[in-house]
Amino acid sequence: MDRTAEMERLVDRVMELLESKLSPASQHPSPPWPAEPAAGVAEADEADTEAGGESRKVPNPRWEEGMRELLSSTPARIGVWRAGTRPLTSEMLKFRCDHAAAVDSIYGEVDPGLLEAFGLFTVETRFGNTENYLKRPDMGRIVNEEGAALIRSRCRMKPQVQIVVSDGLSANAIDDNLRDIYPSLLDSLQSYGLAAGTPFFVRGGRVAVMDHIGELLRPEALVLLIGERPGLVSSRSMSAYMCYRPRQGTVESDRTVISNIHRRGTPPVEAGAYIGAVLKKMMEQKASGVNLEL
Amino acid sequence: MKLKSALFGTTYHFRDVKEVLAKANEEKSGDQLAGIAAADAKERMAAKLVLADLTLADIRNHPLLPPETDEVSRVIEQSVNEKMYAEIRNWTVAELREYLLRQETGESDIRRISRGLTSEMVAACAKLMSNLDLIQAASKIEVRTHCNITIGQKGVLAGRAQPNHPTDSIQGIKASLFEALSYGIGDAVIGINPVIDSAESVRNILQETKEVMAKWQIPTQNCVLAHVKTQMKAIRQGAPADLVFQSLAGTEAGNKAFGIDVALLDEADELIRREGTGTGPNVWYFETGQGSELSAEAHHGIDQVTLEARCYGLARKYKPFIVNTVVGFIGPEYLYDSKQVIRAGLEDHFMGKLQQLPMGVDVCYTNHMKADQNDMDNLAVLLAAAGVNYLIGVAMADDCMLNYQSTSYHDIATLREMLQLRPAPEFERWLVRMGIMENGKLTPLAGDPTLFM
Repeated sequence: MDRTAEMERLVDRVMELLESKLSPASQHPSPPWPAEPAAGVAEADEADTEAGGESRKVPNPRWEEGMRELLSSTPARIGVWRAGTRPLTSEMLKFRCDHAAAVDSIYGEVDPGLLEAFGLFTVETRFGNTENYLKRPDMGRIVNEEGAALIRSRCRMKPQVQIVVSDGLSANAIDDNLRDIYPSLLDSLQSYGLAAGTPFFVRGGRVAVMDHIGELLRPEALVLLIGERPGLVSSRSMSAYMCYRPRQGTVESDRTVISNIHRRGTPPVEAGAYIGAVLKKMMEQKASGVNLEL
Repeated sequence: MKLKSALFGTTYHFRDVKEVLAKANEEKSGDQLAGIAAADAKERMAAKLVLADLTLADIRNHPLLPPETDEVSRVIEQSVNEKMYAEIRNWTVAELREYLLRQETGESDIRRISRGLTSEMVAACAKLMSNLDLIQAASKIEVRTHCNITIGQKGVLAGRAQPNHPTDSIQGIKASLFEALSYGIGDAVIGINPVIDSAESVRNILQETKEVMAKWQIPTQNCVLAHVKTQMKAIRQGAPADLVFQSLAGTEAGNKAFGIDVALLDEADELIRREGTGTGPNVWYFETGQGSELSAEAHHGIDQVTLEARCYGLARKYKPFIVNTVVGFIGPEYLYDSKQVIRAGLEDHFMGKLQQLPMGVDVCYTNHMKADQNDMDNLAVLLAAAGVNYLIGVAMADDCMLNYQSTSYHDIATLREMLQLRPAPEFERWLVRMGIMENGKLTPLAGDPTLFM
């Protein structure tokens, strides 16, 4: 529960900072968790998500009003009641639906039509297959030789901003969010007067693949839109990692991240606009990550 | 010291004890990622054959990481009782395994020889044991500890209430805590992982959990699992902490990556004994997990089972109240699937107990691991049979802050009823007073969190 959790906390804090500095508070009236914890079921049937229905699970709570108060205070799966000491069938199935969505997003493939629609060509890392991708994070950080050749032949060298998209740990995250985030990102780059290079898609990428691509194309700044490790609350969450002059030897604290991009987190259209603003500051300050003043 | 073995017509030569220990491990993706695992099943067996014939003195005389260069090695060396070591130094690892498993070897016999063992010997033994060996040997060892109440008795299965919240909302934390208590969970500790690692936030959560404990007179202990430095700051500002927490690694470099060293732990130990609110004598909570040293590039080519055993060697110095491995949290590059997680959970529990630690286990997985809740059900039953001191209780096993799945309030309640295990005695008496439990079974009131409003 150590580093990963601390990393996630860090990421969350960076997010909070970004949100507070980059957007008016009024744009975030809702709590930072979805209204209904069971993503899969909620998405299948929005009508089932009334909080009033939830409070009826415990048959005779000592305090009915108090139960509603508890349920509205946390996305945790509480007030769920039991059959003997086991969970009720509906709760157990809801949990399994959310896990199924999370697993499928790891083993899924990004819709090729979507990539085509945005004119993204595809390269691969050395990951080989999903099993190896999970076991060997190092292989997801290097574009394979064929891919590197393709990048060199098709991309503009030394662009101001290089955009890269990768499935990472969730193909669903790309399928769900790219259509919204990508046009808004291009718009915001344009409005800040930033020129984008030739974008492409990396299958089997890890965050640090930014450094290899940085070596290949030598951009001023790079933004990687990548699928996050799926949680049960959302299996469709995307992160945008940004770095000023990513190169071999770049350390994690040099990257700036906006995480939790999905319909019920940071909306993708909004995220696209933030990214442009962050990149603009990176260019001005010639820095990113912990060295960037936002 | 013999470092070669012949198997199926091939002779296998191993360079040193470090290589034998690594290759004798059951298959783990983390050892493969480190490039130190056996190449195939036959080489693994060849290493186990060599390991079985090594003596305990061979292992001690050929340190993997010399005490001169690593402070965790120094702590482990200094804890060895030389008289007891002298009695067993000529045992082979095979003989150590059989001694632990023999019917006439009782709990106090094991406690005695454990004082002559180093963490590396304990790890070596685990590598020669089957899953059922690990369960049976561990089940013989009772480690009782006391903070505000006693846990660890034979027949007791305690639970940590882990009522985390994605923004540290006190109302939200309390809501999950009330749910936990209504299922009889929370005797090991009320332990919260904070989102915000600041002294102010830690102090606030400690105060609020203490208030709930005082209002309902709950016999348990509280803890906030921030970095130890943050907790120390909060305690110095007057925060009521019964336990102090820290994650441990099995090497000095690994601990450096966690931002700690032995001097800092000593300082925290002194502070919690002087200014903590726990009765004691046991006032520490540690977490560990196979793979953390490799992920910090601080493994020195040593396998993850041996490094995990060394975490326990370090933990032992502080006589903790509770220790658990967070077995499936670090990711599939260290433990790939449910088979590896189940094995690691049983190894860790055994290795901790043999070093006289009050071992619990966070039976858990992330969504990119090839495992699901059924696998957690399996491991939880195996550990309950092995006499695990406590498990982690999360609402429906889904931690909405850390984004991983563990075991649920329902799961701990089920294991207790099915395997005739009970909450910690003082806590059970409280549950009876609250009308939640009767004769070791949950009453119809159980499962209603509004009991505490």
